Parts: sequence; C-alpha cells; structure tokens
Amino acid sequence: MSETENKKEISRNNFIKIGWGALAGMVALEIGGVTLAYMQPRLGDGEFGGIIEAGEVDTFPPGSVTQITSGRFYLSRLLDGGFLALYQRCTHLGCSVPWDQVQEKFICPCHNSVFTTEGDVINPPAPRALDLFPVLIEDGIIKIDTSNPITRQNYDPSQVVYA
Amino acid sequence: MKPEETEELPSNLFDRMRKTLAPSGIPTDRRGRIRLVLDSLILHIHPTKVNTRTLRFTYTWGLGGLAALLTVILVSTGVLLEMNYTPSPPDAYLDIINLNTNVWFGSLVRNLHHWSGNLLIVASVLHLLRVFFTGGHRPPREMNWMIGVALLLLVLGANFTGYLLPWDQLAYWAITVGTSILSYVPLIGDWLNRLLLGGPEVGAATLLNFYALHISIIPVSVVMLMSYHFWRIRKDGGLTIPKKPGEELPDKMESATTIPYLVRPELMFAIAWLAIIFFWAMLVPAPLEGIANPLISPNPAKAPWYFMGLQELLLHFHPFFGAILIPGLAVTALFLLPFYDVELKSVGVYFRSRRSRYLTILSAGFSLLLTPIWVLLDEYAIHWTEWLPSWPTWISNGLIPFFILFLGIYVLAGWITKLSRATVEEHVLVIFVYLFTALVILTVIGIFFRGPGMELFWPWMMPTH
Repeated sequence: MSETENKKEISRNNFIKIGWGALAGMVALEIGGVTLAYMQPRLGDGEFGGIIEAGEVDTFPPGSVTQITSGRFYLSRLLDGGFLALYQRCTHLGCSVPWDQVQEKFICPCHNSVFTTEGDVINPPAPRALDLFPVLIEDGIIKIDTSNPITRQNYDPSQVVYA
Repeated sequence: MKPEETEELPSNLFDRMRKTLAPSGIPTDRRGRIRLVLDSLILHIHPTKVNTRTLRFTYTWGLGGLAALLTVILVSTGVLLEMNYTPSPPDAYLDIINLNTNVWFGSLVRNLHHWSGNLLIVASVLHLLRVFFTGGHRPPREMNWMIGVALLLLVLGANFTGYLLPWDQLAYWAITVGTSILSYVPLIGDWLNRLLLGGPEVGAATLLNFYALHISIIPVSVVMLMSYHFWRIRKDGGLTIPKKPGEELPDKMESATTIPYLVRPELMFAIAWLAIIFFWAMLVPAPLEGIANPLISPNPAKAPWYFMGLQELLLHFHPFFGAILIPGLAVTALFLLPFYDVELKSVGVYFRSRRSRYLTILSAGFSLLLTPIWVLLDEYAIHWTEWLPSWPTWISNGLIPFFILFLGIYVLAGWITKLSRATVEEHVLVIFVYLFTALVILTVIGIFFRGPGMELFWPWMMPTH
C-alpha cells in the first residue's frame, strides 16, 4: 500500500467517524428539542388572563386603591383622576402584595418591599416597580387586559390612563 | 431416589423453604462467611473483609448508612402515599385531610415520610462534613465526592418538590418564593421559571410538574446515583482509614470478615434509627396549614427551613447575588474541592492535623461572631440603596456588598493562615469552615429570628397574630 492510499484510508475512516458523531449529535438535539417543546407551559383556560371589567369610572374615587381579586390586580385611581392597574405579584419573589389602607402603601409580607400607589419602589429588595396591566376605558366602563403584565423599571406619568 | 439424598432434606416445609433462600444457613467459619458475601446479591455491595480500623463507629458515625436507610423509608412510605393522593388542586389538599382523618395509619405514614425527608437533608450534610473533615474527597475519591454532591442537590430537589404537594398555604408560598428566584438567572430566567411552573404563577400545572419530578424523575436519579456511589466506594479501595495526626499506616493491617463484624452493627444501627424515627413520627405531626390561597401571602412567608439561609441572603443582596451568584459559586467550589485540596498525608486524620483542629475552632468562632454582626449592621446601619440612590440596585445592593464580603473573608482567612503558617489544605479548611458556619447561622436566624415583615425578633418575643 502506498503512502497516499494509506492517508486516504485514514481520512475516510475519520469521515465516517465524524459522520456518525454528527448523526448522534442531531439525534440528541432532536430528543432534547422535542422534550423541551413538550414541556412548554400549557395555556390557561380563561381562569386568569382574559379581559376583566372592573366597573364604571365614577365608582372609583380619586386617590383610592381597589383590589380586583378575579384579575389579581389593584385598580389605583390617582389624585388627578388617572388609572393604573397594578399586578399584585411582588417583583421581588412573587408574593401577593397587600394594600395597607392606613399607611397608604403596598407592603409585601415576604421581604418587606414597599410600593407607592403608583407602584414605585420605596423600600427594596424589590428591584423594580409593580408590573402593569393595560387599562382600556370604553363608554365609562373600565376594562383591564390581564393576559400580559407589562414590566417597567419606574413609574412614569405616561403609564397613566385617563377617562 | 437414593436414601442419603432424602436424609439431607429438612423434615418440615418451613425449613425447606428457608434452605432455598440460604442453602447452608449463616456459616460460622471465616471461609464460609466470605463465601456468603460473595454469593449474595445484596451483601456483595460490601467487600468480603474490611479493615478493622474503619469499623470504628466514631469515625463514620454511620451517616452514609443512615442516609441509605432513610431513602428506603422514603421510597416505601412514598409509594403508600401515592395511593391516597391526586395531584390536582383542590383535591390534593382534601386528600391530605382525608389521609390525616380517614385512612388507617394515614397520618403516621405521612409523618414518617415528612420527617425522614427532613432528616435525610441533615444526614446528607453531616455525611458530607464527615467526609470532608477526614479527607475522603481526595484522590482517588474525587469522582465519588462529586457524585455525593450531586446526590445532596437531588435530595434538596426531592424535598423542595415534595413541599408543594400538600397544597396548603405553607406549600404554595414557599414554592412561589423559591421558584421566583429562578427568574433572576440572566437571559433565560423568566423562560426557565415559566417552564418549571408550567405557567405564569404556581397553579395546577405546577403541581403536576412537581408531582412528576417528585415521584419519578428525582427518585430514579437518586437510586441510580446511589448505586454508583456505593460501587465507587469499593472501586476506590473502601473507606479512608482512620489514623492519628502524623501516624504512618503499617503495611499490614488487621481485617475482619464482613459477616458479622460489619453487617451486625449495620443492622443494629438501622433498627435503632427505625425506632427513633417511628417514635418521632408518632409524636410529632407533619405541619399542614389552610388550603392554598393565591390572593393572600401569609406574613411572614418563609421558604422551607433548608432554604432559609438562602432567603436570609436574599434580604441582604440583590437577588442575582443572593440567589444565583453566591450559591452558584459555593456549589461549584464544592464540586471542584477534590481538585485543589489534594494532599494525601492527612487522609484519615480528623481535621487534618493537631494545628488545624485549632484552626477549625478559630474559624468557626470568627464566623459565629462576625456573621450575626454583619446581619445586624446590614439590617439597621447600612442602606446602600439610600446612600447611592441613582445607582442601579444590582451595583449598590449587589456588587458592592458582595465585593466587601469577599475581600473580608479572603483577608481574614489569609491572616489566620499566615499567622499559623498553615498549608494550602489548611487554608481551604479555614475558608470551608467559615462559610459553612455562616450558612448555619444564616439558616438559624432565618428560621428562629425572622418574624412578621421579615423583621428581626428574639424568638421568645416573636409576635403572634
């Protein structure tokens, strides 16, 4: 057997090895991909995540915070009459933040994060303001779309919705 | 049939059945005992003979054996519990009530499972400490150390997934807090969190996911890794051999047959612990609160006790540092320990040497003093986010305190080591002891000293409401 033939033989061997290796890799990727895709969250069937009617505009006096339990959010009406729908889930570790009527603040029982009526952080460890749900006002009726919470760093006047 | 063959058969049925299980009874001679271990499926996880020094109870404290016993109890009681449980809210909770009130010995089986699971964490951690302090992680046992660390993580995972299954307030909020930690993993955190929960919040999909993890994926992994763990002990030449500081092991050492000198104390130990666990489970019920309510977080909402050290860290650091970086670094260091702590002379000597016995006490003492001081300072005096209001919190409440602590421990450990002219291995020991003591103290503070609003209280002045 000549020198060149010998080399050719080895490279063919390598080719087959690499080929098998690539095939095995693809099989592993496929199995991994199928498993991951299979385990993707199933969409909830309307228990939480739809559009929720909170009520008429006039039923919420300015400067009030009302818990809407079916949508897991607080409807906060600011003193200037604007609305914010604040998701009750603490941005720190997911506890339900109760509204403290006396201190007029949201105080999380888990790690003592404190939020303003606008949802801004007064006291850490919460890293950012409470998440928002989009507020729609049609014919004086307030509707809140709870399908996707909007994350934000801080409160900003542009987030407020007016009737 | 020849007459002599019929004579060999025992006269009654019971004796004949016994003979098919153990053909010649338990032999009393050395050769026969060795033969029996070799021929037995279960016994042959042991060698036929063991070094008499390793039989000393105060060397191993039987901790690995206790962990194995607890695993057996957990599998047996777990299988029984499965037959009275539906992994779907609110049935899950109602099933536990039914188990406690309607099922014969239902609460006993549940208590046994609950307390064995908790005890398994304690036993595994103590086993890890025993192995570390006697140098059992050093070559050639690196692989078995890493399997052991993996098993410890699986034990924590088994406990955590099992925590959700009763579907009470305790379970719901501990798992909400615990899984939210995942969302601070950079880039893929939120995706990972949703994948585990099967949705945006802890709900029916989460319960089913955790059930599958708890009853099949984790236990199967544990049993497979455990078998590997046992097999590796024998491949690595058995246990490390205990000796005095500076002692040279003789070339020829005494050995004893596994039957009865290892098997007998093992059985006695197992029976004694079974009695303790049964008594405990009869007297102390596993906790159960009201049914899970996603609208109301209890105050305080605490993680399971074994994660209270982690939750305490979360009170002091930005979540990325408290929940991801610091624990991540600690677990990585634990895995890699056998690759930078390699000196072989002190293997088998508790705490390495006479000098490092003092270093261990000194390091633990420093941690015992400094950790509570740091917690108090951070609680009442240091307010990074107020001092640096315009900085992002991951720097002011994360990077800065992390860097200061890291530097502090580095300087302290370096100073202790330099003063005592310690070796690299003793330096590793000092840092390990310091950090482990800190973890224990943080856990104790989290369990006993944190009250409503996660504020600090004396345990005997804890407000109740």
